[in-house]
Amino acid sequence: MAEPRIVVVGAGPSGVRAAEAVAKAGLRPTVIDEARRAGGQIYRRQPDNFTRSYEKLYGTEAARAKALHDSFDALAGKIDYRPETLVWNIAAAHVWTANGNAQETLPYDALILCTGATDRLMPVKGWNMAGTYSLGGSQVALKSQAVSIGREVVFMGSGPLLYLVASQYVDAGAKVVGVLDTSSKAARIKALPDLLAMPSVLWNGVQLTRKLSKAGVPVHHQITPVEIIGNSETGVSGVRYRTASGEDKTIGCDAVAVGYHLRPETQLADLARCEFAFDAHTHQWLPQRDADGRASAAGVYLAGDGAKILGARSAEASGKLAALAALSDLGLPVDKGEITALRRDVANYSKFARGLSRAFPWPAAQAAALPDEAIICRCEAVSAGDLRAVMRETGAIEANRAKAFSRVGMGRCQGRYCGLAAAELIAAEAGIPVEQVGRLRGQAPVKPLPIAIGEEEA
Amino acid sequence: MSAASDVIIIGGGLMGSSAALFLRGHGMSVTLLETDLIGRQASGTNFGNVRRQGRPIHQLPLANRALAIWRKSRELLGADVEYLQSGHIRVCYRERPELIEAMEDYAAKARLEGLDLELLTGNALRAKFPFFGSDVLAGSYSAMDGHANPRLAAPAFARAAQRMGATICENTKIVDAQKVGEDFIVTAQDGRTFRAPILLITAGAWGNALSSQFGEPVPIVPRGPNMSVTEPVPYAIHPAVGVMTPVEEETVYFRQVARGNIVLGGSTRGPSYPDDYRAYVLPQNTLSQLKQIRRLAPALGKLNIIRVWSGIEGYMPDSQPVMGPSATTSGLYYAFGFSGSGFQIGPGVGETMAEIIAQGATDIPMEPYKIARFAA
Repeated sequence: MAEPRIVVVGAGPSGVRAAEAVAKAGLRPTVIDEARRAGGQIYRRQPDNFTRSYEKLYGTEAARAKALHDSFDALAGKIDYRPETLVWNIAAAHVWTANGNAQETLPYDALILCTGATDRLMPVKGWNMAGTYSLGGSQVALKSQAVSIGREVVFMGSGPLLYLVASQYVDAGAKVVGVLDTSSKAARIKALPDLLAMPSVLWNGVQLTRKLSKAGVPVHHQITPVEIIGNSETGVSGVRYRTASGEDKTIGCDAVAVGYHLRPETQLADLARCEFAFDAHTHQWLPQRDADGRASAAGVYLAGDGAKILGARSAEASGKLAALAALSDLGLPVDKGEITALRRDVANYSKFARGLSRAFPWPAAQAAALPDEAIICRCEAVSAGDLRAVMRETGAIEANRAKAFSRVGMGRCQGRYCGLAAAELIAAEAGIPVEQVGRLRGQAPVKPLPIAIGEEEA
Repeated sequence: MSAASDVIIIGGGLMGSSAALFLRGHGMSVTLLETDLIGRQASGTNFGNVRRQGRPIHQLPLANRALAIWRKSRELLGADVEYLQSGHIRVCYRERPELIEAMEDYAAKARLEGLDLELLTGNALRAKFPFFGSDVLAGSYSAMDGHANPRLAAPAFARAAQRMGATICENTKIVDAQKVGEDFIVTAQDGRTFRAPILLITAGAWGNALSSQFGEPVPIVPRGPNMSVTEPVPYAIHPAVGVMTPVEEETVYFRQVARGNIVLGGSTRGPSYPDDYRAYVLPQNTLSQLKQIRRLAPALGKLNIIRVWSGIEGYMPDSQPVMGPSATTSGLYYAFGFSGSGFQIGPGVGETMAEIIAQGATDIPMEPYKIARFAA
């Protein structure tokens, strides 16, 4: 029998560990990654001529970042590594890739999707103005290019990344004029039993808030975002929010980073025809998989935050686990004890992740309360009022139907940034549970594809 | 007890929805039954060409009738279906100069049916449409054709029909239809039954499953359109553009919507699966489409596509629909199998079928569409 062809998509924590496990089994996996260098978003590497230390770049996660990078570098020659390459479609057990204008089609016996996550965003009036970034985007600016998104920056939203990025900005010498958290301290205390599943990570989180307070950064809890203020010429000039006690306040700033924890990048799982189910904890539709990462579609395995947001440490474990599952399914010997241990790790991370989703809940009610004039879909410039008017006129209450009539989610992001909030708005407007609104179907290409594709030889 | 009306329509695409609207105009009570949601397959996923040129000459009276409806669609429907009468240009390539003669011949015949076409070559063609590549030899321009938004059209017809008093039942999958005495009894999967003396089947790719129940099977083949769309760019290309060629892979077309996105269609069609209610764009068909688009209009090669899609269409072996009365069963009518070319004529089909049902006759030539042409 010919050597099994294993394709790993993504070179973050789960992709690297998956590739490593496959290479260790004596096979040569293909690793396809959109980024220029391996590491994923969390362990993103700086450009070649930048010289910041691991400690400076990754803080408490420096050792893990270095270990992952070293592991990947040690795979050189043992894997078919394809950076800056997009998997734009999947069909009939082949991935279709684009590297610039060069297109290639690769068959697979096992496909391990380690596609990672993006920010989960909640629209707010004014978020379409220049100077508004996602939390992840603001972190990339710092990590990759060592620049701040503004002179005076507000961080707004919820989730662990809110505190991490704010403190990284403080460390880098940027001026953080406020951290506005929609979640309450009470929710965090209630989530403690789950969060204690990973005491060291919890401790890191506590340290971050201490650092912010030591640096004199005002941190406000249980706020409600009202508006990002500014104008279309000069961009953001401030953030208006409501305090827990109902007072309206404004902070002046020239940039704001927003985000509400993360959402998995599931389009490739969708194109591979995996089944999805609604996850009530996170209000997200997730591709189904067994404990080891097997998806419903034959030969497809799911790992890391691209399957469910469980964090980088879990991603390393689930990446390896998915690879072992694939190897085992292909008839190769695997260490059963290792599988058992990895499953235990992932279960523990799952408990912690459930704690995070309780501590930093997705503020679904904000979508319902969006004023009519607020833009909900930035790609297509559709306002909340436009969407509500379409619903009234057409009766559309299903996600894809509402998209077809209103254009929400029809732009270049394909609803990856507005889809979750749009579903909440539709659900509230129609008076139905959000799972009844359904999910936007993934459509190729997962990212914009040049019409010139195929002009260059791969 | 079953819900009764004068006419039952099975299939809520553009044909069924517009027929429902026009039947109400004749004062008949109508119940429209749709498996899923209105206009979600062929009617909602096609290219959106409101194009008469290129249709068989015998079909032009129907196309002209449809055009009159498109032109008054905003008033008729109380909704904007993004109809633009911005022209349609059909071109041929240098390697097939013989097609110029075919264009001239078609134009002469079309003129007699009220379709005016202007033939353009060389500098005249390029002055008017500077975006064509050097392979393009000649073009036939129809100023009165254009395009509209298929996602919006059929649902707008259905809403207008509903306002006029038609009953629209979505999520109603039909599992049985038969004639009992003077009435058709139609049964849905959930057990509901509907009764009427007249039944119109406008079920697209599913048409054969129903016509077979009346002893009239037809060799329909399900396929799916091969569609893509670009990011928005400044609005500069007004007409819908298509290629005249005998080679399927070369048959691409594009149009720019006022918002700026350019919709690309054609080249090889994909498979579709009516039983699963799914259609897939094959990646190789996307690539062949983009290659042909670069040949047709090289400047588009600088853009990106942001989405592809398909839907379920029913194709007949002679590319002509099944339209008109049943040959076996009185009171039964068909309008399906539009073979990827039904969007423009859709409203005309609805109006014509309503006329045949309500008045027993029409001036529109119907001979080419008879279901009996497939009788064994």
